[in-house]
Amino acid sequence: MSTVHLKRPQGQVSLGMLLLKGRTFIALALLLIFFSLRAPNFTEWGSVVLMVKHASIYGLLALGMTMVIITGGIDLSVGSIVGLSGMVAGGMLIEGIRLPWVSGTIFPNVPLILLIVFSLAILIGLCSGLLIARLKVPAFIATLGAMYICRGAAMLRSGGATFPNLFGDAAKGNLGFDLIGAGSIPGIDVPYSILIFMVMALIAAFIMKKTPLGNQIYAVGGNERAAQLSGIKIHKVKVFVYIFSALLASLSGIIMTSQLRAAHPANGESWEMNAIASVVLGGTSMSGGVGTIGGTIIGVLVITVLNDGMIMMGVSSFWQMVIKGVVIIVAVVIDLVQKDLQKKAALTARLK
Amino acid sequence: MMETTPTPVMEAVGITKLYPGTVALQDVDFSVYPGKVNVLIGENGAGKSTLMKILAGIEKPTEGRVLLDGREVHFASTREASAHGVGIIHQELNLFPEMRVADNMFAGKEVSRYGMVDRRQQARLASRVLDRLQPGINPNGLMLNLRVGQQQIVEIAKTMLEEKLKVLIMDEPTSSLSNAEVEVLFKLIEDLKTQGIAIIYISHRLEEIIRIGDYVTILRDGRRVADAQVKDIDVHWIIEHMVCHSNLTIEKIPYPGEPEPIMTVEDYRLPRPGGGWTVDHVSFTLHRGEVLGIYGLMGAGRTELVESLMGLHPESGGRMTLSGEIIDRPGITRQIERGMVLVPEDRQRDGLVQTMSIADNLLLTSIPQFTKNGVIRHDPCRRAVEGTVQDMQIKVADVRHLITSLSGGNQQKVVIGKCVMANARVFMMDEPSRGIDVGAKTDIFILMRRFAAQGNGVIFVGSELKEIISVCDRVLVMSNGRLTADLSGAAITEAALVAESAANLFTGKAAATTEGSVEQ
Repeated sequence: MSTVHLKRPQGQVSLGMLLLKGRTFIALALLLIFFSLRAPNFTEWGSVVLMVKHASIYGLLALGMTMVIITGGIDLSVGSIVGLSGMVAGGMLIEGIRLPWVSGTIFPNVPLILLIVFSLAILIGLCSGLLIARLKVPAFIATLGAMYICRGAAMLRSGGATFPNLFGDAAKGNLGFDLIGAGSIPGIDVPYSILIFMVMALIAAFIMKKTPLGNQIYAVGGNERAAQLSGIKIHKVKVFVYIFSALLASLSGIIMTSQLRAAHPANGESWEMNAIASVVLGGTSMSGGVGTIGGTIIGVLVITVLNDGMIMMGVSSFWQMVIKGVVIIVAVVIDLVQKDLQKKAALTARLK
Repeated sequence: MMETTPTPVMEAVGITKLYPGTVALQDVDFSVYPGKVNVLIGENGAGKSTLMKILAGIEKPTEGRVLLDGREVHFASTREASAHGVGIIHQELNLFPEMRVADNMFAGKEVSRYGMVDRRQQARLASRVLDRLQPGINPNGLMLNLRVGQQQIVEIAKTMLEEKLKVLIMDEPTSSLSNAEVEVLFKLIEDLKTQGIAIIYISHRLEEIIRIGDYVTILRDGRRVADAQVKDIDVHWIIEHMVCHSNLTIEKIPYPGEPEPIMTVEDYRLPRPGGGWTVDHVSFTLHRGEVLGIYGLMGAGRTELVESLMGLHPESGGRMTLSGEIIDRPGITRQIERGMVLVPEDRQRDGLVQTMSIADNLLLTSIPQFTKNGVIRHDPCRRAVEGTVQDMQIKVADVRHLITSLSGGNQQKVVIGKCVMANARVFMMDEPSRGIDVGAKTDIFILMRRFAAQGNGVIFVGSELKEIISVCDRVLVMSNGRLTADLSGAAITEAALVAESAANLFTGKAAATTEGSVEQ
């Protein structure tokens, strides 16, 4: 994967190869055609905006997950960070922060709430990252632990109950929380949440393509030992990706909570799986070193269009799961076959 | 004695094997005669191990056929090969130390009764084979309690569980054995020969080959260059065919400046787990304009020494100065910033990021130099990469191609180029000529001399005598962790290097016992 020097080299690419390479994009196109023919209201502006809004919320997780997976890791904690972030924000809106010594309560305003939530996410990411990088805990285990801790903490915040009606109160000075998810750019009907996702996607792509850090993320995933011997601070690189992933997860949690105007501790459950599926569909290799943000965005769109399209068609949610599973497995099998073919082609080319 | 050419039991015909980045074997024929020791020799990277792996069913040839008893065979696995009577003993023993001897021998082919492992039967069968080889190994004992020599005998025994063992492949079997154990092994090989078993024997130790070999085949750079009966040849014949004929002459361009010390190392040590030292209180000085060789046998601690200096082993200690700066605890990133680089021994494992392009591999270390406000600037990057490619004569079609599309020699040049781009002043090169073609080897030696002539210090860790002699100004010899000699000028001779590299090995019983205790 070349980050500095433009695209991959284009050798003599056959039509079949081209089809294989653009498979996720083709799948997306086919899905769009299929659902616009079969699902009522699929092509209406409202449905499109709704779908993109969904994609934005899932997509934030997938962006961070892409970086984590490219380093050769995995982050299972993002779904529960979504839940925890919503609960922490919701709790501060409704109950405020009780001060322990002077029996009083302060109500932070919305920017301060966001700051606190993001700091918490950074702390969670830092802990996972340090466990993985310094103590060599397998990423699967470290983030599995973080997943349980965050989910438990989210439940503990309210004893399992929902924080409803998160509009804020003018008297408390914390109005405006609902605008993050529900507001739109004035003039055109594009919600802020989509804008936030696009900005974050650009930042992620910028990091991966234009900064030394991005190069180092690819290098760590491609061959950790060689990266280390080349003087790359692999610990820092790893800690960064887990922090970034947690931060994006908390952003996703805030947007979702704001859209619903309610925080529920089970929010974001199993979203990490959605994110992983999107990343893999987007062509990122689970063994690290290979993948792009652009691919992930297409993967996110495929998953979202498939989800929402099936809902609009009225497919039962049980069948939805089955179909999603099949799509993911088929995508990965095609990916593996494609890589195998490429390797063989390269070797036979050298025989001649 | 009447001599007719016997019928080979096993034959490799026209074997070619390609790996991404290297041609390991090219159109190689190899015959294996029953009841004989068929020796296969060649330098590192000549393709010996690959050929073995193909015969033993571990790898499949890209082209060519393998015949066993005149019939073509395609082994899908070592298990299938062993069922046909072809066994292999690897240089690195493949054993489970926490399991019993008998369980080790039957791993993967357990004897079962009513669906359960029949330990008693296994032990009986195991001891029948073991006793034939060397009495005194308890089949119910734990593997980790055996000495290395005994573990190897278990490996041999494993291959003999099949009643009809025909071919036994031994890949450098003596490399980790003590002298006494080598004698036991040789006696064993004689026994196996009388049983009509064909031995394929790979070794670097020429005197061994002359002693026990019957037929010898020499590989060089993936091709078969010669074969003969051992009784017709001598060591010189082997060396002559093993090494490249075009005698390696590298011009030792002198450094015009003052040969002041660029790095000093004092009392450097790396403890060996279990006692003793992998690097045993080593002191030396590297000067500007100098190519300093470090020669030694496998396991002498050369790699560990340069790795320690680079900061790869936090448990190492000693005093080091780099351009006058005292360095307490080396860390890799800081060492690179100070101008010290390591070209690692294992290029694939430690040197390259296989998923990245040639350009990205070259830029791995130096990419932060090519940024403005934290953003990579495309043009300076490209200019620097193209400059390095040209300067080092790396043969590439396009620097955006994957690194794995290059040949081994060019891959190695990329690893070195990466160091050059990081503005290195002390180059430590660990076996830089391993597994690459002759042309690239010469190129790399010329580069080393050029780095030195520019006023840098170069350390060349090597195990090929000719290369060390023709490239280095001064040679340190390591043996069993310790420096045993510091030779320069005319004192650098093959004889001296060989003698010194064994100097610390058999000095009394002390060395032997520490070695024994380490293996526990």
